[in-house]
Amino acid sequence: MSKIRILVGVKRTLDYMLKPRINATKTAVDLSGQKMSINPFCDIAVEEAIRMKETLKNRIEDTLVVTAGQTSSEPILRQCLAKGIGRAALINVGEKELEPLSVAKLLKATVEKEKSNLVLLGKQAIDDDAHQTGGMLAAMLGWPQFTSASKVRIEGDKVIVTREIDGGEETLSSTLPAIITTDLRLNVPRFANLAKVMKARKAPLGKMSPEDLGVTIDQRLQTVSVSEPVQKRQNIMVKSVDEMVKTLKELGAL
Amino acid sequence: MHSLQCRRVIPFGKLSLSLHAPRNALRFVHKPAFTFESYKSLHRDPKYAKLSEQDVQVFKSIIGKDGSLIDGLDKSTDPADLDAFNIDWMNKYRGKTQLALKPKTTQQVSEILKYCNQKKLAVVPQGGNTGLVGGSVPVFDEIVLNLGLMNQIHTFDEISGVITLDSGVILENADNFLAEKGYMFPLDLGAKGSCQVGGCAATAAGGLRLLRYGSLHGSILGMEAVLPDGTILDNLVTLRKDNTGLDIKQLFIGSEGYLGVITKLSVICPKRPSSTNVAFFGVPSYENVLKAFSETRSHLTEILSAFELMDNTSQTLVDKYSGTQRPLEDEHPFYVLVETQGSNKEHDEQKITALVEDLLEKEIISDGVLAQDESQLRVLWERREGITECLAKAGSGVYKYDVSLPLPVLYDLVNDTKKRLIEFNLLDDTPEHPVIDVVGFGHMGDGNLHLNIAVRQFDKRVEKCLEPWVYEWVSRHRGSISAEHGLGLLKKPFVGYSKSKEMIHLMKTLKNVFDPNGIMLPYKYV
Repeated sequence: MSKIRILVGVKRTLDYMLKPRINATKTAVDLSGQKMSINPFCDIAVEEAIRMKETLKNRIEDTLVVTAGQTSSEPILRQCLAKGIGRAALINVGEKELEPLSVAKLLKATVEKEKSNLVLLGKQAIDDDAHQTGGMLAAMLGWPQFTSASKVRIEGDKVIVTREIDGGEETLSSTLPAIITTDLRLNVPRFANLAKVMKARKAPLGKMSPEDLGVTIDQRLQTVSVSEPVQKRQNIMVKSVDEMVKTLKELGAL
Repeated sequence: MHSLQCRRVIPFGKLSLSLHAPRNALRFVHKPAFTFESYKSLHRDPKYAKLSEQDVQVFKSIIGKDGSLIDGLDKSTDPADLDAFNIDWMNKYRGKTQLALKPKTTQQVSEILKYCNQKKLAVVPQGGNTGLVGGSVPVFDEIVLNLGLMNQIHTFDEISGVITLDSGVILENADNFLAEKGYMFPLDLGAKGSCQVGGCAATAAGGLRLLRYGSLHGSILGMEAVLPDGTILDNLVTLRKDNTGLDIKQLFIGSEGYLGVITKLSVICPKRPSSTNVAFFGVPSYENVLKAFSETRSHLTEILSAFELMDNTSQTLVDKYSGTQRPLEDEHPFYVLVETQGSNKEHDEQKITALVEDLLEKEIISDGVLAQDESQLRVLWERREGITECLAKAGSGVYKYDVSLPLPVLYDLVNDTKKRLIEFNLLDDTPEHPVIDVVGFGHMGDGNLHLNIAVRQFDKRVEKCLEPWVYEWVSRHRGSISAEHGLGLLKKPFVGYSKSKEMIHLMKTLKNVFDPNGIMLPYKYV
C-alpha cells in the first residue's frame, strides 16, 4: 500500500457568522476591521486530514496545509498546526487579487513540488461561492475528483467517497491520487487545544512565492457591482383580526 | 445547492429565543397545578375586589384601539389565551387571572393603576415573563399588566451612548439596535430573546457581564415610572451625573413591581468591543478554579468581561440534552469560561496568550481551548448558557437556588446539598427518588452560584429537605439567598436570612408610602 501525502488548501474569509457589509462604492464587501477566519469548508477539510492521520497513522507520510495570501493569513495556518496538521506554508501573493484559476495553478505547482497524492479542499468559499478551484485543479492534474464529499474512507489504495445528491446518496471510488472537496456534513471541526496553540505560535511556517512555483497570477474577471439580495417575504392574506389570531395560533406563533 | 444555509446555524439571537421564549403550544400541554393549590398557606386577601364586567368596560375604554386586552370574563374568550400570562417560564407557578392588559402608553398605565387603586383591584406587572422566582405571574386573580406593547426605542445619543426606551423593549432588540451604532447594552443574559428591559430593571438583573459593566443600578441614568395611585414620576434624564436629592429610581430598580410600574428607562451604554475572545478551560479542582480566577484577573485586568464556572455534572447534562459540540474531549471536574472584550485584537491576544501559558505551566488548568472564530465562540457560550434549558429537559422540574457566597466556600454548598439529598434518600437513579442530579454553575466572577436540583417531578419532600436548609447555610456564610433572581413568590418567606428585621421594617414602611392600598404585587417580595 502506497504512502499518502496529503495537501490541504485553505482560504481566509470573513468569519461566516458575521453579516457582510457592502462598501460605499458598491464594488466589494467591506472587510475593514472585520473578523476574518478560515473558510468553514476548508476547516472541514483540515479536520478530515487530521482524522485520516489519526486513523491511518503511519500510512499518512505527510500532511501539509497551504494558503495563498499575505502574512495576515498566518494565524489560520498556525491554527491548523495546533489542531494536528504536520506542516504549514504560506504562498505569499502580496496585494494580488486571487481568482480560482490562479489558486488552482498555485495548488498544481505545489502538488508537483510536494509530491502530494491526495488533495483536500473545501467545496467552495463563502465569499465568492465559486465552487471552481477543486474542479479546475483536477482537470489540470488529470486526477479524479470527488466533490461535495459527506463521507470519506480509504481502503488499501482506494478512496471511497459518499456524496449527497438530489436523489439521495452516491458512492464513488477510485485509486489515488485524487482530489476531494468537502461538504458540510463530512465532519465537525475540533477545537484546537490550548497547549498546542501555544506551541504552534512558535512553529516555523514554510514560505513560497508564485515565482518559486512558476505561476503568474492574472486577473481575468472584473467585479462590476455588488448589491444586497432582495428580501423575500412570505405573505398570508387574512380577512379579519380573528382570522389573523387563528392563523398565528396554527403557525404556532401564539 | 447545499451551501452553508443548510447548516443549523442559528444566529445568536434566535438561539436564545428558542431557549427562553414560550415554546408555543407545546409548552402548555402539561400545565402546573394552580399556585394556590400547591401552596395552601397562601390565601387570597379579601381586601381586594373581584373583577367585574364594568371594570373590564372601563379598562377597554382606557386602552382604546392601540392597546389590547384579554377578557377572561367574556365567554367567547378561549381560556387558554390567558395561559401565557398566568403560567411562569419554569412551568411551576400558575395564577388564575381573568384579565390581561397590554397598554400602549404611559398615560394608559397611569389611568389603569389609578382605577385599580380606587377599586382595590390587585395588579401584577409583567414583562417577558422569564423570571425564575414566580414574581411575574398572578398568585390568585391579580390583573396582569403586561408591558409588551410599550416597545419603542425613543432616542439614542451617538456621542454619549445614552439610549432612552420603553420598558417593553426586548433586551435583544435593544442590543441589536445598539450594535448597528457600534454600542452595546450593558446587560446580557440567557433570556435576552424574550425578557424586556423594564423587567430587567425591576429585577436588577445581573447577567453575564456584570463583572465588566457593573449593575443596572449604575447604568440606568433615568426612569419614568407610574405610582400605584396613577401619578407619573418623570425622572427620565440622560445625565451622567445628577446629585439633586434622593435618587428614587434606585428604589424602583430591583423592586420587582412592589412600588409601581417602570415605563421608560434611559441607559448609558458602552461601546461595542471590536475584539471578543472566549477561552474554555478544564480544571482539576475547585482550589485550582480559585487560582485560575486570580491569575486571570492579574493578566487580563481591564479586558476581562466574563468568568463563568460550570461543574462536570452540568456539562454531562448539556451533552445529553443538547447537540452542542464538546470543546474538550476529556472530562474534568470543573470548567471555566473566560471572555475578554477589547478594542485591539493583537493586544488582547497577547494578554490571553500570556495568561494561558501561565495557567498551563503552573498546571492550574489541565486543558483548554480558545475559540478560533465566531462560530466556536458561540458554541463555547452555549455550553454555559444552555445548561438551564438542559436541566429543564432532564426532568419535569428544577429547584433553583441563586445565591451569593464568599468565593472560598462557593462550591461547598453544591457538595453539601448533594450529601444531604442522599442522606434523605431523595437522590438516586430509580424513579422512586425524585432527584435526578445536583448541578452547580454560575457567574463566579461575581461570587454568584446557581445551585440547581433537577427532579423527576416537583416534590414536597425535596422542598422540605432543602428549605430552609439552603438558606440557613447561605446565611451562616453571610451570603445572599438571592444573588440576582430576586424574591418574587419563591423567596418571600426567606428574606430574613439576608436582611435584618430593621431593614425589612423600613421596606414595609416605604411600601405604605408608595402603595397604601397594597395593590401592587401582593403576596410576594417582602
